Amino acid sequence: MNKKARRTAVALVTGAVSIGLLVTGCTPSSSDESTQESVSQDDIDTAMTTPTKLTFWTWVPDIENEVALFEAKYPAIDVTVENVGQGLPHYQKLRSAIEAGEGAPDVTQIEYQYIPSFVLNNSLLDLTAYGADDLSSDYVDWAWNQVSPDDEVWAIPQDVGPMGNLYREDILTAAGITEPPATWDDYAAAAKTVKDTTGSYISNVGATQAGQMIGFLWQAGVKPFGYDGSETVSIDVNSDEAKKVADYWTDLIQQDLISTDVDFQDQWYQGLASGKYAGWLTAAWGPIFLQGTAEATTGLWRAAPLPQWNEGDEVSGNWGGSSDAVLASSENKIAAYELAKFINNDEESAMRLATEQFLFPPQVSVLEDPAFVDQESEFYGGQKVNELFAEISQTVDTDFQWLPYMDYVYSSYEDTVGTVIADKGDISGALDVWQDQLVKYATDQGFTVE
Amino acid sequence: MTHSPALASERPASAPPLKKRANPMKRKQRLAAYLFLVPFFIVFITMLVVPLVYAGYLSLFESKLIGGDVFAGLANYVRALTDSAFLAGLGRVGLFFIIQVPIMLGLALFLALALDSARGRGSKAVRLLIFVPYAVPAVVATLMWGYLYGPDFGPIAQISRAVGLGTPDFLSPESILGSMMNIVTWEFVGYNMIIMYAALRSIPAELYEAAEIDGAGQFRLAWSIKIPAIRPALMLTVIFSIIGSFQLFAEPSLLNAIAPDAISTSFTPNYYAYNLAFINQELNYAAAIAFLLGVVIAIVSYFVQLAGERRERVGLAERGIEP
Repeated sequence: MNKKARRTAVALVTGAVSIGLLVTGCTPSSSDESTQESVSQDDIDTAMTTPTKLTFWTWVPDIENEVALFEAKYPAIDVTVENVGQGLPHYQKLRSAIEAGEGAPDVTQIEYQYIPSFVLNNSLLDLTAYGADDLSSDYVDWAWNQVSPDDEVWAIPQDVGPMGNLYREDILTAAGITEPPATWDDYAAAAKTVKDTTGSYISNVGATQAGQMIGFLWQAGVKPFGYDGSETVSIDVNSDEAKKVADYWTDLIQQDLISTDVDFQDQWYQGLASGKYAGWLTAAWGPIFLQGTAEATTGLWRAAPLPQWNEGDEVSGNWGGSSDAVLASSENKIAAYELAKFINNDEESAMRLATEQFLFPPQVSVLEDPAFVDQESEFYGGQKVNELFAEISQTVDTDFQWLPYMDYVYSSYEDTVGTVIADKGDISGALDVWQDQLVKYATDQGFTVE
Repeated sequence: MTHSPALASERPASAPPLKKRANPMKRKQRLAAYLFLVPFFIVFITMLVVPLVYAGYLSLFESKLIGGDVFAGLANYVRALTDSAFLAGLGRVGLFFIIQVPIMLGLALFLALALDSARGRGSKAVRLLIFVPYAVPAVVATLMWGYLYGPDFGPIAQISRAVGLGTPDFLSPESILGSMMNIVTWEFVGYNMIIMYAALRSIPAELYEAAEIDGAGQFRLAWSIKIPAIRPALMLTVIFSIIGSFQLFAEPSLLNAIAPDAISTSFTPNYYAYNLAFINQELNYAAAIAFLLGVVIAIVSYFVQLAGERRERVGLAERGIEP
């Protein structure tokens, strides 16, 4: 075989192999990156002293303060903070930028439930090579599991939302209830007493608030979603345990003991301020939020853990919270990682996030810091609300996963379960419809459903 | 009833075509005209034609989260035509069009005629007042009406309760379409009225004088002279309204926040396409839906226009006028 023929043969074989790879859908993915050498301290030092521009997308108000700390420590790095919208609009812009191949930031805020959908199309950088593994012990376990479901680390936790019960002590006292209900049975009984004696609803369950309902399911030990990180998902939103929770709320709603106003709307704000609702089952970010919403009721509120399914248990769920991730497309990966880490891990920065921006911290050090937990809140009659939620934070089930298409999961919830809740219908039945829609979507999108 | 054949045969086909040699002045004017049109065509092509072609191209593929893009031919269109969510949305905007548009245009016509017959006496102020809602962006208008509709603190509900009529629920699944019709009517009555009013102003005054000599009153004047004379303007408002109804988007997407149980993600085809693209990540299917919606609008507009023309011809024939 002469030289030329050999070269042709080699080219043919390489061509065939690469076509084969393309056909089998073998895109370069995280599996290739994980073999990469970990970054050395020298690399980091070089990166952090080279003049660099970073873009950071986040909707946390005043985060410029924490960014300024970072820039003071690393004068060579110049960070541009951009707020492109909170929640859905933020993700839409992020996806568009990723799709377009330009304009995406280096570091982005991302809520835990959306991480899998960005992992799916290889948009996030696996941070293990940069030493993110070492941070795991700095965070409460379940929060760390949210950013690192397997061996990879996709983001640095920023804040979390372990759930508790905020209630109006004055209204409950007027109804003759002196202790916050310890179990869900107690809660149902109290709901009746409160409604009969004071006319208030013991709380409102937002008709279309998937986050809150998923938090309730989380607390009840339901595992509605699972994702193996590649092509297999498991969907079980209508399990017996889930229906137990659904039936509980169906019953209270149909007896008109729980209202179902859409939350975070005028109607609902007014209801919180006017005593239409005697409580709010919410997350750790709720206390400060409520304080800003219902100022006129200062001193009347108290905080307690969620009622329990079994007497003596101490279990909670989570609602909300976010993290900072580095995009795989970033050209300054080391500096970007250092920024994400600094914002959420540097002692001063993390403390300021917790005490000035009132993001509820996932960092163990802050959760144990007297400066944080010993704060007494006038709005809650001098109660140490942070301390309570720091304790609740230790009781969230660690093993909870999301589907790689939560946007659809939420909008489908609104169309199925949400509509039924608003119409005071049978929530269990709606869970079946929701399940069907989620499975159909997964199948249509090429996932294997377990 | 067609164009008279005699007219066409006036000049035999064999005759040499008339030479139209433009003089330099004419040519310059024509060049200037094209120059003035260039900016429009640049925007038209880059902002409308190119995206349209691209969307058409996209609609022929199937995108999956796992497996990526595959050429799918017309599969997306087949899926859309059997998609009950899309068809229901189409039915909803169809109903919207049938009920809301006659009310809105009837009201606009009445106001235009009223203003036209009472020329001079404060009509400018009234005209402005009716037109003002159109100057309010749809987003702001919807937010405002959302507040007015509110069951607890909305002023309508408060007044209704004060007089003992109970709380009307404008945002329930049964009444939301009606509430939306009200918002759209409020927004666009003034706009349509201005178009009609402008057409009314261009009717030659001799016609009125002739009618008055024949002893016609205001009503007869409106019915026999004004309305037939502004038929092209009326047709314009109808076509605009077809497009507007079928493209309904801002109102459902905003009211969804306060009445999420009444407005599903597929409430109107446009809103459905948006949700498909940005929530469900089904860009290709969304493109197919948007294309189909365009086709539906074109067909409805065509038939409405056809019906209008036929009526005009019949009307003229009845009065013994050969068109």
